[in-house]
Amino acid sequence: MTVTAGSAAALALGDDALVLSHRLGEWAGKAPVLEEDVALANIALDLLGQARVLLSMAGDEDELAYLREERAFRNLQLVEQPNGDFAHTIARQLYFSTYQRLLYAELAAGDGEFAPLAAKAVKEVAYHQDHAEHWTLRLGDGTAESHERMRRACEALWRYTGEMFQPVEGVDVDWPALQGRWLASVSAVLRRATLDTPEVPRSGAWSAGAGRQGLHTEPFGRMLAEMQHLHRSHPGASW
Amino acid sequence: MATAAAHQTARAEADGTADEAARTAAYEAVFDAAVAADERIEPRDWMPDAYRSTLVRQIAQHAHSEIIGMQPEANWITRAPSLRRKAILMAKVQDEAGHGLYLYSAAETLGTSRDELLDKLHHGRQKYSSIFNYPTLTWADVGAIGWLVDGAAITNQVPLCRCSYGPYARAMVRICKEESFHQRQGYELLLALSRGTPEQHEMAQDAVNRWWWPSLMMFGPPDDESAHSAQSMAWKIKRHSNDELRQRFVDICVPQAESLGLRLPDPELRWNEERGHHDFGAIDWTEFWEVLKGNGPCNEQRMAQRRQAHEEGAWVREAAAAYAGKQATGASGAGRASGAYGASGADGASETDEQADQPTGKARA
Repeated sequence: MTVTAGSAAALALGDDALVLSHRLGEWAGKAPVLEEDVALANIALDLLGQARVLLSMAGDEDELAYLREERAFRNLQLVEQPNGDFAHTIARQLYFSTYQRLLYAELAAGDGEFAPLAAKAVKEVAYHQDHAEHWTLRLGDGTAESHERMRRACEALWRYTGEMFQPVEGVDVDWPALQGRWLASVSAVLRRATLDTPEVPRSGAWSAGAGRQGLHTEPFGRMLAEMQHLHRSHPGASW
Repeated sequence: MATAAAHQTARAEADGTADEAARTAAYEAVFDAAVAADERIEPRDWMPDAYRSTLVRQIAQHAHSEIIGMQPEANWITRAPSLRRKAILMAKVQDEAGHGLYLYSAAETLGTSRDELLDKLHHGRQKYSSIFNYPTLTWADVGAIGWLVDGAAITNQVPLCRCSYGPYARAMVRICKEESFHQRQGYELLLALSRGTPEQHEMAQDAVNRWWWPSLMMFGPPDDESAHSAQSMAWKIKRHSNDELRQRFVDICVPQAESLGLRLPDPELRWNEERGHHDFGAIDWTEFWEVLKGNGPCNEQRMAQRRQAHEEGAWVREAAAAYAGKQATGASGAGRASGAYGASGADGASETDEQADQPTGKARA
């Protein structure tokens, strides 16, 4: 497969959505309340829908999802992080959905190849962000325990936020401005949730933009093993 | 109620009666007449205590089945073999959570609460459908559940759309629409496997072999051993007997299995010209009662996961309640943000303050 800048970009955005959707799918039947089983599955489905469009722009969606090795995935390290407790899932959602909403809003306003997808997806993502923000408030400003859990989650995942603002080739947005808006939005929510905001997005991994280069964290390989096992066990079969 | 005025008159007369027993008898007569006239009983109508408790038991069990039933299918979400199938399965599991929500709401109209019902489930005092105590061992099981388990559920539930209790009947109308969609998707999944590679075909046949008999058990014990049947039919909660529905299901499945190219695992299954139905082999009722008693393959696992989700979610529910309390009393962090916690954030609070005041998420499900 030849990777043009356009399809490299489609892979990066598509892999983000695919991998986060998978992680949210792991919650099915395990959420703290039934309404959250519905909400998390709803978000997972939206993301999977986006992933299918984006991966199809780059090639065959199933080949790309099921037959690439870990090193060929281009998603952010943030989205591959294990669910952890509900606070970790919410912190991950807050960081990512805010990023995705700002990114898609900008793409939707442009006339690039991602504009049509972004125009549709930005409505879904606005809901995801709304959901994450409200849970951040409830957990941060709920009980002492929920505050502490949310604080820990925000802190633990902060190290993966810097990577979001590494420019993706083929995605035409003003990355430094995106980072500024993201920080303003997230820190405002965290403040309302009585939580501290670290100063600037940070990359804790040994290289900024590692996930975009196919350098992932250890839990990701295991996630892919589970995701791809059945498909790989029946080469050439259709489902 | 079509004859609401008549009932009101009857009730008013009853209210005027000083004698408690006479009043109850008069109410009962109104209730019986409404049931006989195929009218709907609504939450504020008088109803016999036993009718109320039968409905609570049945609707709760139905709701519990939806939420426990998420588990065997969710077991395959992370391994679904194509993105299309993954999306279908996620949507289905989401629908089941939604069905659970409708049904708990319907039960709540009878004067119970979701918390109370969940508590009974978690302590083994209310049951869920025994079918969900069987494991999903291969991908084809997802198809077999859609085709057979949802198929059996629909056969059971379509008559409930005419159930005498209004809120339950209305919930069933919505649920049955979605269930029949799931059933077609399950059938289509199995068809793809059946027509696929020899390994896929074998996977589909194996799943049907394992799910066929448990699906027939979903209709409950034979009519002569069914404790609640007669009363439920008299009250028009049930419209058909267990055995009638089971027979209907078998008759539907036989031609479907043929067009799927899959065998139903019953050597005694054959068309009976005289009866105009298929005869089928004996069900292993020992297995049925064992599973019902808690000794099926997954009973412990299913309950353990349900309890674990509930227990591990307790702090989240407490946080939501505490936050809601603060919002109500104006003691939320927003008011305190300039104090102890909020000092270190970057500027920009003003632009999202407004968003945060909006009501929580859209109800999209």
